[in-house]
Amino acid sequence: MRDLLVAAAIGVAFGWTLERAGLGDPPKLAGQFYLRDFTVLKVMMSALVTAMLGAFWLDRLGVVDLGKVYVPETVLLPQLVGGLVFGFGFVLSGLCPGTSCVALASGRGEGAATVLGLLVGMLLMGLAFPSLEAFYGATPIGAMTLPRLTGLPYGVVVAGITVACVGLLAAIGRWEARR
Amino acid sequence: MTPRPYADPYLAGVGLGLVLLACFALSGQGLGASGAFASAASHVAGVVSKNAWVEGYLHGGSWMLVEVGGLIVGAGLSAWLAGRLAVSNAPSGRFAASLTGGILMGVGAALARGCTSGLALSGGALLGVGAWVFMIALFAAGFLAAPLLRRLWA
Repeated sequence: MRDLLVAAAIGVAFGWTLERAGLGDPPKLAGQFYLRDFTVLKVMMSALVTAMLGAFWLDRLGVVDLGKVYVPETVLLPQLVGGLVFGFGFVLSGLCPGTSCVALASGRGEGAATVLGLLVGMLLMGLAFPSLEAFYGATPIGAMTLPRLTGLPYGVVVAGITVACVGLLAAIGRWEARR
Repeated sequence: MTPRPYADPYLAGVGLGLVLLACFALSGQGLGASGAFASAASHVAGVVSKNAWVEGYLHGGSWMLVEVGGLIVGAGLSAWLAGRLAVSNAPSGRFAASLTGGILMGVGAALARGCTSGLALSGGALLGVGAWVFMIALFAAGFLAAPLLRRLWA
């Protein structure tokens, strides 16, 4: 019960933040891929860096045990192909699964269409799974992380990604100012 | 009421990061969205075909369904308070594109075991290798596909 209350509260905060950022607005999201609007990258990079640094430091301070937080499994080939297919769908729809729910909640027809499409896509997967099973499970490497893969200390990878993301955002800022 | 302008993207991004951090700390997992769609679809697909994928999402999908239910409530509330809640049809041509895009993202997220929030953002913040592979692939495909779809977003 406590778990589901947390899920509901986190969900409300998640939806609120996405909507405030303007991420329920398909032309705005699609604008990222035409370099007209950088909201997607700005929100995503700053959220990723905030959560990554927060998790790292809370673990260091003993508040959160990072070892107990679920890291998604890595299955290289289906995740690479899945990402490519997903990216194409993202530009077609101007929304992703989370933001399609935001668009739906804001009353947008594109949101309803995308939500419907996502259900159909998942249904296709559920029905076609027996013939896709071999590919789905190809090249698994478990809950692999960048520090384990590279042998670099966790903090060094965190610092590297922080510098790369802040650098990218700074470059975007300069480029926007010049336009 | 005229719609209020959107929040500053960096401020919203830090806010989203704090929500994700709270999610890590309180539930031991990241945010998600596609998992709720997988779970809902499994209940339908399970009637016809019982397989490992369907079984996997059939059980234990309630956390994700409740979270996405909350997402819809939170987003609706935020849009309403900002004067952005308005029922509108998709512009002509965009409905079919959104539907097709949704189908592709459904298949892509199912193959990848997550989407922009559950895999790219949440897994990326935890330095998961698959999360970064997925994130780079999705942006690469998006930028490559964009010129072909220019008319849709002109």
